[in-house]
Amino acid sequence: MRLPDVEIGTSADVVTVHGEGSVPKRLMEMGLVPGVKIRVVKSAPFGDPIEIRLRGYSLALRISEAEAIEVAV
Amino acid sequence: MRDASPVPLIALAGNPNAGKTTLFNALTGLGQKVANYPGVTVERKEGSWTIGGQHSRLIDLPGLYSLDATSIDEQIASDVLRGEVSGLPKPDAVIAVVDATNLERNLYLVTQLFEFNVPVVVALTMIDVFEKQHHEINIGKLSDSLGVPVVAVNASADRGVDELADVVAKTLTAIQTPRRFLNGDGENARIFARYNFISNALQESVVHNDQAAHGISEKIDRILTHKFFGLIILVAILLVVFQTIFTWATVPMDLLELGFGALGDAVRSGLPPGVLTDLIVDGIIAGVGGVLVFLPQILLLFLFISILEDTGYMARAAFLLDRLMSRVGLHGKAFLPLMSSFACAIPGIMATRTIENQRDRFATIMIAPFMSCSARLPVYTLMIGAFFAGQKVLGFISIGAVLMLAMYALGIVVALIVAFILKRTILKSPPPPFIMELPPYRMPNLRTVVQNMLTRAWLFLKRAGTVILAISIILWALMYFPREAQLDQNFRKVSESEPATNVTESQHLRNSYAGKLGHAIEPVIQPLGFDWKIGVALIASFAAREVLVSTLSIIYNVGKDENEESPTLIAAIREAKNDQGETVWTPLTALTLMVFFVLAIQCMSTVAVVRRETNSWVWTLFMVSYMTGLAYFAAFVTYQGGRWLGFS
Repeated sequence: MRLPDVEIGTSADVVTVHGEGSVPKRLMEMGLVPGVKIRVVKSAPFGDPIEIRLRGYSLALRISEAEAIEVAV
Repeated sequence: MRDASPVPLIALAGNPNAGKTTLFNALTGLGQKVANYPGVTVERKEGSWTIGGQHSRLIDLPGLYSLDATSIDEQIASDVLRGEVSGLPKPDAVIAVVDATNLERNLYLVTQLFEFNVPVVVALTMIDVFEKQHHEINIGKLSDSLGVPVVAVNASADRGVDELADVVAKTLTAIQTPRRFLNGDGENARIFARYNFISNALQESVVHNDQAAHGISEKIDRILTHKFFGLIILVAILLVVFQTIFTWATVPMDLLELGFGALGDAVRSGLPPGVLTDLIVDGIIAGVGGVLVFLPQILLLFLFISILEDTGYMARAAFLLDRLMSRVGLHGKAFLPLMSSFACAIPGIMATRTIENQRDRFATIMIAPFMSCSARLPVYTLMIGAFFAGQKVLGFISIGAVLMLAMYALGIVVALIVAFILKRTILKSPPPPFIMELPPYRMPNLRTVVQNMLTRAWLFLKRAGTVILAISIILWALMYFPREAQLDQNFRKVSESEPATNVTESQHLRNSYAGKLGHAIEPVIQPLGFDWKIGVALIASFAAREVLVSTLSIIYNVGKDENEESPTLIAAIREAKNDQGETVWTPLTALTLMVFFVLAIQCMSTVAVVRRETNSWVWTLFMVSYMTGLAYFAAFVTYQGGRWLGFS
């Protein structure tokens, strides 16, 4: 499943980051590499962007960018 | 090659929010130089630092997550580390500032620094916070597994700073072999390999005691980024900020105004009357003084921006508003510069530096002056006072208030439309990605906040000052020359016998180049209902919008020092006749002038700052022309539309 499908408050493991170019690369550089554990914390007032927690810090990203992240719950 | 420069150069690198600025300030003190890297608007901060009894140059790289050159900041930083920036030798060592509470991601940058063939020293910050969270770290082991020295520092308490200096001094002579993480092929494999290396290094040196650590920030965020209350609190914070700027800034602004007035009078009485004295008093002192008056607002706004940034709230504001901003193609971070522009576009435009993508930043700069700034208020107040005072709609709502609100709304709507168009045409780029860290909440560091504020103010004074001085002199000359001896003598006589009379001053203005220009543009502005006198006022108010009021006072002979609420000026405007003897001003003319002032750039300080921030005359001229064009068009539609509807 993809990251935006993960329910708020639940944890998941990153399987892979799809796509090419600067956005998927930046996501990986921020620590979203295969095997890392993440938790979806909340979404912003209009449902987008979302906040996730990984490697001991909080990261905000848009749903459209989160689509590239394949996760396993 | 290392010996090419006798003074060692040391670079300071680190993630945003890692405490890099605080450390830089602690190491270098007040002797900092701020400039831009050649050709770009990335800030280059340099200071002097004493290590091992010798003097060294410390250069602060922009805050970075990575060195892979996807943004200008990253490009510049890797150029510096490679020694490819003109005027800068390759650094002799690099200090990597690493936030102990966020080790894994902070160390990612460190693994990249290993590849530059420059000795690396890790400065570990926030260790007190880390230990309060009941985690344990073995610095010796961490240093062993990373293969570079690690020093714990607490810059705000000046702890570890001396040790850092010693370690760096020793490192200067060391030679480090570059290490590369090339497990597997391709970019992704390399990123994965770097994170693997970090995980292994941390396994041996750090004991985590669960994630309770981030609890406090997450609790605060339950309220501050709440779907409903979050937005309300954001609006409340902004209201408090702007209210404070307006009220606190008035006192120093009035003092500055008085001070420059007194200075002008003192200079005039101390120097013999003549062109030179007039140039100094009316051109330089009045022109530059009129701009320096904005300094208190700029200082205060940057004080608040620094506090909001330092506490970590700014990232939350962007998080809350990204959805709204991305509708028109802008980044969530564009919100604050635009809000700031309601006080004054100058700090607003300077605040766009937080937007990484250049196209998004330029789009924000291009629309910032549409926000009705405080300098437009005297214009609105004068027009409303003269033609709409005391009138009500529906019996109780004052037309003045409605018009005022309408002017603000007009600016916002036009700004959003222009942003939408720009982002789909000349500044076409995909919606900027929003991959942003939400840093833990922290108490702001006083030294960082104050330094940040002073740096901005100095940049404004230094860079904008030169352009503003030049334009002030040009505008003064346009209104001063040609000077006919006959008229001048009359003026002297009149001013000696009866100083309050401004008849000759107004005659001078008529005959001046500005007066001639006013006449020349009359055919162009006639369709807006403006005569040549208003034309002169429009030209003069390019210096700053509120100059319109004093220029109209001179033109209508009511004395230079009348303000926008003065009954004499209001009466003079109401009764003014054009050269054909017809009444010039009608409520429709007043409304047209207001619309023009919402959209026209009419502010040389903004022009100067845009030039500086975009580093391009093309963009600056583009802005001046499209805003003036748009203002003309809107004023034309207002006036002609109003006439067609039967208003006069």
